[in-house]
This record gives sequence, structure tokens and C-alpha cells, in this order.
Amino acid sequence: MTDHHLNINGKPHVVEGVEDSTPLLWILRDALGLLGTKYGCGIGSCGACTIHVDGIPIRSCSFPISAVDGKEIRTIEGLASKDGTLHALQQAWIESDVAQCGYCQAGQLMSAAALLDASPNPSDSDIDDAMQGNYCRCGTYKRIKSAIHLAADSLSGRVGKS
Amino acid sequence: MSKLSSGPVSSFDSLDGLFDEIDPNGDMSLPSDIKMDRRSFLKVSGVLGAGFVLAFSLMEKANATSSADRPKFNTYIRISPEGSIFIFSKNPEVGQGIKTSMPMIIAEELDADWSDVIVEQSPINEKLFGRQNAGGSRSIASNWDIMRQAGAAARHMLIEAAAIEWCVPANECTTVKSHVLHVRTHQKISYGKLASKAATLPIPPENILKLKDSRDYKILGKRITGVDNHALVTGQPMFGIDKVLPGMLYAVYEKCPAVGGTVDSANLDEIRKLSGVKHVFILEGNGNVMELKPGVAIVATSTWAALQAKRQLKVIWDESSASKDSWSSLVKQALVLKKNPAEKILHEKGSVDIAMQKGEKSLDALYSFHFAAHATLEPQNCTAWYQKGSVEVWAPTQSPGRALTSVANLLGIGDDKVTIHQERAGGGFGRRLVNDPACEAVAISKRINAPVKLQWTREDDMAHDFYRTGGFHSFKGGIEADGKIGFLEDHLITFSHNGEKPVIAGAPRQPSRVFPAQLINNFRLSQSLLPLKTTCGLMRAPESNTTAWAVQSFLHELAVAAGTDHLEFLLELMGKPEWFPPKNQYGLHTGRAANVIKLAAEKAGWAKQRPTGRGLGLAFHFSHAGYFAEVAEVSVSASKRVTVHNVTVAADIGRVINLSGAENQCQGSIIDGLSTMLGLEITMEEGRIQQSNFDTYPLLRMSEAPNVDVHFIQGDSPPTGAGEPALPPLAPAVCNAIYAASAHRVRTLPITKEGFST
Repeated sequence: MTDHHLNINGKPHVVEGVEDSTPLLWILRDALGLLGTKYGCGIGSCGACTIHVDGIPIRSCSFPISAVDGKEIRTIEGLASKDGTLHALQQAWIESDVAQCGYCQAGQLMSAAALLDASPNPSDSDIDDAMQGNYCRCGTYKRIKSAIHLAADSLSGRVGKS
Repeated sequence: MSKLSSGPVSSFDSLDGLFDEIDPNGDMSLPSDIKMDRRSFLKVSGVLGAGFVLAFSLMEKANATSSADRPKFNTYIRISPEGSIFIFSKNPEVGQGIKTSMPMIIAEELDADWSDVIVEQSPINEKLFGRQNAGGSRSIASNWDIMRQAGAAARHMLIEAAAIEWCVPANECTTVKSHVLHVRTHQKISYGKLASKAATLPIPPENILKLKDSRDYKILGKRITGVDNHALVTGQPMFGIDKVLPGMLYAVYEKCPAVGGTVDSANLDEIRKLSGVKHVFILEGNGNVMELKPGVAIVATSTWAALQAKRQLKVIWDESSASKDSWSSLVKQALVLKKNPAEKILHEKGSVDIAMQKGEKSLDALYSFHFAAHATLEPQNCTAWYQKGSVEVWAPTQSPGRALTSVANLLGIGDDKVTIHQERAGGGFGRRLVNDPACEAVAISKRINAPVKLQWTREDDMAHDFYRTGGFHSFKGGIEADGKIGFLEDHLITFSHNGEKPVIAGAPRQPSRVFPAQLINNFRLSQSLLPLKTTCGLMRAPESNTTAWAVQSFLHELAVAAGTDHLEFLLELMGKPEWFPPKNQYGLHTGRAANVIKLAAEKAGWAKQRPTGRGLGLAFHFSHAGYFAEVAEVSVSASKRVTVHNVTVAADIGRVINLSGAENQCQGSIIDGLSTMLGLEITMEEGRIQQSNFDTYPLLRMSEAPNVDVHFIQGDSPPTGAGEPALPPLAPAVCNAIYAASAHRVRTLPITKEGFST
């Protein structure tokens, strides 16, 4: 049982008295009320719990809190700018009408955001590789892929931002 | 067959009620007459400051004719003085897009600017709203006329209000984008400014309302994005799992892995000492598998503490009445039953026996298909708060009305003591028609007298589903000298919980209406039953989702035997355009069927030769009053590796309401169907489900997803649902393509059973 100092979406948080092995997912959801990150399988298989730690997409259901002290954590709640301006991916997701039930989409967006940070102009195969860990039970894969291309085009200025 | 023992799993009869809720006709079709006396369902009111409110009732029962059956006013259009147009959405949103598509119909006839529309989710109140559920793909068809009339009535009253304001004849006024216009005097006024005045006017009689010509549609048939998209992409808490109450505790619930088992003893004292654990106790269950099974509840200060404690929990189960089901044994028994005469004939026309003797060519084949789990991505959960004889429930459910009844029954309290809050659900597919998580949550909350969120693990979810049943079709079919089908016999081997009735969705409820019974002169559908305790339920396009695979694959076998191209064979089978049954616009029309088959073939390039190892497969199915033909393009390698490249969908679901939503549902159905047929399988041994998480039940991932093109034929037919009917033809289209590519006939699902991989 120790205290942990977390930096989440640019804000400091102190989480007191939790076991080092507690997965970050449950800290976010139960202790901090950041409910956008979802539980799907608990074994890092479905990707619904994807967040960024120092810019790297990780499965928070299987990532212990002790491994993130002092690192920068970004969740779906921190994907848009502080003034509410949406990330190009979020805008593309809305325009492409990607979601059906929507439960997986926070994880999809976080994986996609990490991809575009590393590879601003991804090919279909780059997208397949980066998104391989994210299930969409409703089967919106085709729209996810086209929305990522749309966002990439928007970020690179190939199309005008709406 | 052996009688099943009665005991804690004897209450399966209530499962049949699931079907009654979503499919009162028993054949996944729609009634031919769904009209209603309009005068009795419109009511106008003007509340001070609220502007204009037009209340009306959406259909609950398709055949509501007496005033007693008629639902109360349950939906409304409210126009605020500021110009916002609020439209109530009363049914659960589980990803089918109903919260967007239903209000679009009202907004179209109202001639609203869609950006002025705000959709509000209604509370759960069966007395007020009638049935509130998501299932059966019926909501759009049942409410199409009424929603259009309500929108048109509101528009008419707004025009009247403007005409009075301007002292001009109402028939000179027009509307555009939430405004009334009078072109001659260049006047224009917003609906918001007219709202209070319109609320004082009488409701127009039906005969003067003119519905829009479809050519003038500005919203319907367009791509309208989901009303909750912004909230979803910003991670706002909308789902059942996101509910938080002050002072809330976190619970998990361990049940016997073999259904019907009860708790003998458990290490409760050890669990009670663990970090964060507040309560641990045994619940007896109420004898109804759809409500509360026996188990051990652990309540803790966080989800993680509860999950950790669950890992330490050791329960000794009494399995004397529990399921001993074994899939491998059931398969062996089915192979024996196949050789015997069927136990019961469900439907017969002509004479199969006579045709069998004089047929030129005959084939027989056994098709077997697997059990499957729903695996909604949001695992089952529910939040409940029991206080002083009343309970509040926050449930991600497809059937909130049914949740209310189940909870009241379990607790032995009146319906008026139960409040159900409808939460968005992370997928449904039929799983959330059963409200066992809600029953567990209320039982736990009552015991500890505190608000509690019950969380199932993925492992709980997979072990305690209401599974899509597996089963067997033993076919015999004959081809006559002219290449036509001489006879078709389908001996269906399915399961039963009580030795008498098939499990839910194990056999068609109206056998005479099952395609292609209508079109074949000598046809027999018969049934034999094997005993089963594993709980079965409804899964997207129930019964159709497996029957279409077997029937459409066997029809292809017959086409090959006849030496006829499959496209020609199916078109020949359809014959001349006619309705089955006659004059039922929601029945099967063979002309519409032929049109989607031709369109799918054309768009997929049916006639074009493919290279060796690559082939096309075609299949058609009619369900939920929707016509779907699909062509899959598949490669099969020498090592039996299957790649599905493209799926072409041709659909006739009448007029399309939301092009974006309908296309999304079709594409999703293809991925869903593919995922299930390629490698997902639920098996049971000693009553225990052998799969536990996505490592043993791996859904389709993006890299395996084919390109899916969807083409709609839009005639003048009224709209029907899009959530389910695209799924059934997928599996046979892919298997027929595997045959075309490799000459291997797949007769067992998932295809991994026949040595294929992806």
C-alpha cells in the first residue's frame, strides 16, 4: 500500500493507499471518476481500456499503477484540447458516423491517436497493425479505417478543417 | 428420449416469453395491417413557457385495436419558444441507431432543420410507454405511419398559427427548415416564435394532412450522423458500467460454472478478511435462470478489490441437479438420431416420399453448427439501490420493461416500487433481453442495504450467457430431369429443456413460412430433440442465423448437382413475382427477392472468371421482412487458409430511413456473422462452458475484416428494420465461395472444424 503521484491529461493526482499491482484502469474509473476508459476483458485482449503512457498506447486493465509514477498519462478525456476543440480523429469519427454501440470507441481513438503521432500518413496496412489490438464487436472496422485516413488528411492540411 | 429431471433449472419456460416480446407473430415477419385510429393518439398542449407540445403514442402491440390495448401518449414533439425541437426516444439504444433514426421520420414531416432537433431519452414506465425494448427489428416498420402523421400534424398547426399571425390564407404558406414562409408577402417566421400560438389550435383531422412526396425528402434517406456521436468520442459516461452513486459499493457474483448447481459451502470467513471487502454472503437464487441463480456475492470498496477477492474465493458446489451437458456427446447422439425417423413433422406439403422414389438425382447431407456467445463488449453489469421497500435500478438492458417485472417478481414487491433507469448498452445482440444482472444487483443491494454496482467479469459473461443454440440439419434433396428441385426434406435435430418443446430459437416458430418451404412442391420439415440444460437465448436474427447457412449451402449443393449456375438456380426457384402469403406486404415477395439476388450478383461481378483458388459464393435470405442477397469473394490456399476479400450486400428493406445507420448495421452484421462462422465456438463439457475470455473466443480483428459494399434497392415499400436481416446470408455466401474456390463443401461450423484457418 503506497501513495502514487499521477499526471493525467496534464493534471496532477495523488492516489493514496493502493496496492502497487492495481491496474491503472480501475484507478481511473473507480478512484478518479475518469469513466471514458472501458473494461472489456481484463487480459489486454480487446483494447477497450487503451490509454497513453508517455505517448505509447497501453492496455490499462493489465498495467499496474506502480509503473506509471511520474509518467504522462493521457486518456480519452484528454484527447480534445482544453478549450473543447476536438482532435482531428474525434471530428473524423463524428463525420464518418463510426460508432454503433460506441463502447470500444474510446480505446479505438486512443490507439489511432498514437498511430497518427508516430505515423502522420499511415497506409491501410499501418492502420491494420496499429489497430490490431482493438476489437469492435459491432464491426465498424471499415469506418474506423476511413476515419483515420480522413483525420490524417485533415492534420496534414490535405483537406480543409471543418 | 429420456425425461429431464426437474430442479433448479426447470424454469426455462419463461425463456419463451423473450420471443413473444420481440416477435408476436412467431415468424419474424410483420403484420399486414398496422394502422391505428389517429384521432385517439394525438394530443396537443401548451405549457406556460414550454411552447408547443404534441403528444402521441407509438405502437406497442402491432394489432392494438381496442382502447384497452392502446398505449397511452408516450412520445412527443416539443418546440420551445427559442426554437429547439425536442423529440422523445422511448426505446433503448444498444448500437442499432434507433435514437437517431426514429426522430428523423418525425423531423422530416415536420420540415424541421435537423440541427434544431434535440433527442431526449424517455424514462422507463410501462404503464405510460407500453413495451420498451430493442429487439426484432420492428420499431421502424411499426411506427412509420404514425410518426409521419405526428410530424405532419405539428407542421400543419404551425402553418395555421403563421397564417393567423399574418392574416393570410394557410394554403399559401409553406415551410422550410423550421420556418413558415409566405412567399407573396416575403414573410418568414421560425417555429419557435409560433410555438405558443400553435399550441392553442385544434389538431387537424387526418384527411386534410398531406404527407410529403419522397422526392422532397431532406432528411430521410440521407446520411445523418448519430445524435450521441460527440458524447461518445469525448468519453462521456453514458453506459451502464459508468453509473456512480454516492456511497456506492462494488460487487461481484460467483455462480456455479454448470448451470443448475447450488452453493454447498464457501470460504466466506477468509474472504471477509481481505483488503477492501465489506460483505460476502451466499444468495439462494429464486429458481428462475433468467432472474437469480444461486451464488456467492462479494461486496468491496472498489471493483479491483472485489475482483481480487473473487480470485481467492473457493466454493464447493452441489451439482446434483446441475447440467452435465457435453457437446462432444451431443454430436454423437445427433449422428444416431439422424439415422432414425424424425420424432415430429413440423410442416409438410406435397409428398416428399413419392418424389423421393421417382427423383433423378438425390443428395443427402448433414450440416452441424455450433453454440455461440453474444460477447457484448461491455460485460454485463447493473447498479441498484434498495431502500425501504423500493428499488432503483440503472441497467444497460435491451428490455427495461421486462427488467422491471423481473426485479419486482424477485423481490416480491409491486411494480410501482421499482424504478428502472435506461442506460446506454455497449452492444446487445439479444443478450440483454434477459435481465439476470439486474436481479443479482437488486438482491445484493437489498441484502447490504446500500447502493451497489455489480460487475461481471468477461469470464462470468462467457460462462453465464443465454447462448445461440447449436444444432443439426439432416437434408435430403432431389433434382428432377429438368434440373428443378423435386423435393427437399430437412430433419432438424435440436435440443429441448423439457423433452417436449425445442429450446428457444432451436426450431422455426412458423415452419410453413420458413424459406424456401413456400417455393418447393414437395417439402418436409421435421424435428428430433436431444436433452439439454445449457441456457439458450436469442441472438441477432434468431434461428434465421443458422437455418439460412444450412439451407442456402444445401441449395448450392443441389444447384451443383443439377449442373446449373447458382444465380440461375436461385432465380428459377423464385419463379414469377408473387407474395407468400398472398396480399401481405411484409411477407415474402419473390420479385423483390429476385431483384436483390440479381443486384448482388451484378455488383460483385458474378460472371467474371476468378483465378484458381479464388471464388464467389452467393446466398439469399428473407427475415424480419427484409430481403438480403450477399456475394462473398474468397481465396483458399493449398493449406486451407481462407481469406474473405469482399462481401457485396444487396438489400431491400423498403425505404431507407438513415442511409448511414442502415449501411453501418449491414456492414456490422457481415463482420458479426463472419466472426462467428470463422472460428468462434462455445462448447461445454460436464456442463461447463469451455471458453472463458477472448483468448479462447477470439472475435474478428480489423486485419481480417473484408471490404463490405452495401447496395439498397429502394422502392415504394414501407421501411423495415436493418439491425438483423443482413446477418443470415453471410455464412452460406462464404461457404459457397469456399466451395467455388476449393471444391470443398463446408458442412460444419465454425469452419475451423473442417481444417480451415484464417
